Amino acid sequence: MNKSNPKQYLITLASAFLIFNLVFLGFRLWYSLFLLGLLIDFIFIVMLAEEGSKFIAARHATKFERSLAIGFPILVLVGWELTVRAGILNPLWFPPPSKIAVALWQLIISYNQFTKTSLMGRPWLIPSMFEKQGWAGIATLAQESDLFGTLFRVVAGFILGFIPGIILGVVMGVSRSVRIMLNSILSAVYVLPKIMIFPIMMLMFADPFGEGPKIAVVAISAFFLVAINTMAGVAGVDNVYLEAGRNYGANRWQMFRHVIIPGALPVIFAGLRLALGTALIVVVSIEFIRAKTGVGYLTFYYWEIMDTPKMYAGLVLVMLIGVLLNEVLQWIETVTMPWQKGRSANS
Amino acid sequence: MAVKILAENIWKTFQTAGGPIDAIKNFNLSVEEGKFVSIVGPSGCGKSTFLRILAGLVPATSGNLKIFPGKDLTKPLNSVVFQEYAIFPWRTVLDNVSFGPEMRGVGKKERRELALHWIDAVGLNKFIDCYPHQLSGGMKQRVSIARALANDPEVLLMDEPLGALDAQTRNVLQEELLKLWEATHKTVIYITHSIEEAVLLSDEVVLMTSHPGTNKINFDINIPRPRDLKITGTPEFARLTLVIWEVLRDEVIAAMEDQR
Ligand SMILES: Nc1ncnc2c1ncn2[C@@H]1O[C@H](COP(=O)(O)OP(=O)(O)OP(=O)(O)O)[C@@H](O)[C@H]1O
Ligand SMILES: [Mg+2]
Repeated sequence: MNKSNPKQYLITLASAFLIFNLVFLGFRLWYSLFLLGLLIDFIFIVMLAEEGSKFIAARHATKFERSLAIGFPILVLVGWELTVRAGILNPLWFPPPSKIAVALWQLIISYNQFTKTSLMGRPWLIPSMFEKQGWAGIATLAQESDLFGTLFRVVAGFILGFIPGIILGVVMGVSRSVRIMLNSILSAVYVLPKIMIFPIMMLMFADPFGEGPKIAVVAISAFFLVAINTMAGVAGVDNVYLEAGRNYGANRWQMFRHVIIPGALPVIFAGLRLALGTALIVVVSIEFIRAKTGVGYLTFYYWEIMDTPKMYAGLVLVMLIGVLLNEVLQWIETVTMPWQKGRSANS
Repeated sequence: MAVKILAENIWKTFQTAGGPIDAIKNFNLSVEEGKFVSIVGPSGCGKSTFLRILAGLVPATSGNLKIFPGKDLTKPLNSVVFQEYAIFPWRTVLDNVSFGPEMRGVGKKERRELALHWIDAVGLNKFIDCYPHQLSGGMKQRVSIARALANDPEVLLMDEPLGALDAQTRNVLQEELLKLWEATHKTVIYITHSIEEAVLLSDEVVLMTSHPGTNKINFDINIPRPRDLKITGTPEFARLTLVIWEVLRDEVIAAMEDQR
């Protein structure tokens, strides 16, 4: 291999990649050495991308990176599809992406007679239901919707949890004695898997199988995460900003409004993001255990009847919900903290 | 002239995990109204601590301290230009500079005009809507200076405001400060590491000993005003800086031995 001539090196690399795959295919090695083949192919692709990037002009660099970011997942999906079709992967465990897409589409357009749910709540029925029963009709449709159920539980629980969480966190951040009193309790609850309080919530609510206990668990999980992060954020505001605020005549409320809160916001938002992720985990777990709707319920139900493409569709849906909610939070973040724009790439 | 700032027998002891640390020991200072006074001393001798005590941000352990208010009691007593800039990352340049007036309830339009005036004075017109993270260190420090001036305090307390700047920017801003002072005749306490800067700007240079800081000697600087950078070429300027350096050198060496 001649590294001094990058073009030749790239061609050698590409041919090696090709030959390797042909050999693997020809000797039917994919069946026995699947993981090894995957690993070697991956290494080849990374090397090809690295070498290939040297031929990309600087002004096209971002375009190249974007095509890598989109192209690789597509490659994975295509590879998945092909390996399942070739019988290398067990389609019961790994249904091909095309089947998952079809399953997803079926979920969208159909109503399940047995579970009495539908994924989207059959939006095409909205006009006729509204005509017959008014808003109550629309509520009925929303209640049968798995997607709406999950979204509602996550969002309602999140909102009910994070607002008091921020308030308590600020109080703890500002007042040393409150912080000292509550710190050990909070740390203890912090490590508790929040799903464990679900039975307690079912005891406390009049309807143990209704929405109440589910939303309460989500709210409590979000509450603790946000409170702890808000406290850290408030207590961590650099002393010199507090001094500057005081020196320039801010009174207590102004200190709060113009110095402490904006100074703590980045950490508060980190807490919110964490809390949102946890809320999603908690909701799906609860829907596994005890729910009559919801994407978690749907996924578990299709496991019970061994319909794996629809199980995977459930996974895809939870991913989409997670991405969507994160995007919304991200948007709120950039609106609330315009000074953070273009500051750090990780936020 | 009336005395504006009076500090008598100031002591400051910090309680730390490793026991009490004396930061300032029996420090005295008296500043007349409208004077520009520099404090020079080795690193760690307690200059910033003294400034914070003056600003009322940190209590002195013992001693008497007073900034005498002027006729207009609504004016803030003092404004600090912090060594760490301390401009708010969440506010634009404009909102940082108008922070003081905003806190005092000055109307939106009025404080905007005020801020624009001082932003213009430090030459940052193009950056009024920028956030601090988009500015260089020197620009941040200029925002910090403009914020203090826009607050129009009785006394200006500046902690190494030009410390982080390159030599050229530093010179430009020194001339700028001279002009600003000519225009306002404010009482200024100015901390700096640079003897040249102290002599150029001040009516009096107060030398502190190494840690724990106390008074060493005060020098009157009788170079006539208005001044500009040209006076740095005069024999009188050279003589003064040399004299001050001779005294300061021993303290700097003592400080370095102490920190070893
Ligand atoms: N909050 C604090 N707690 C404990 N010790 C402190 C505190 N602040 C300052 N000190 C100590 O007091 C002494 C004086 O510090 P100060 O910051 O006033 O020095 P300085 O003269 O401003 O130094 P420099 O020129 O480097 O800015 C130092 O020894 C420092 O370690
Ligand atoms: Mg200092």
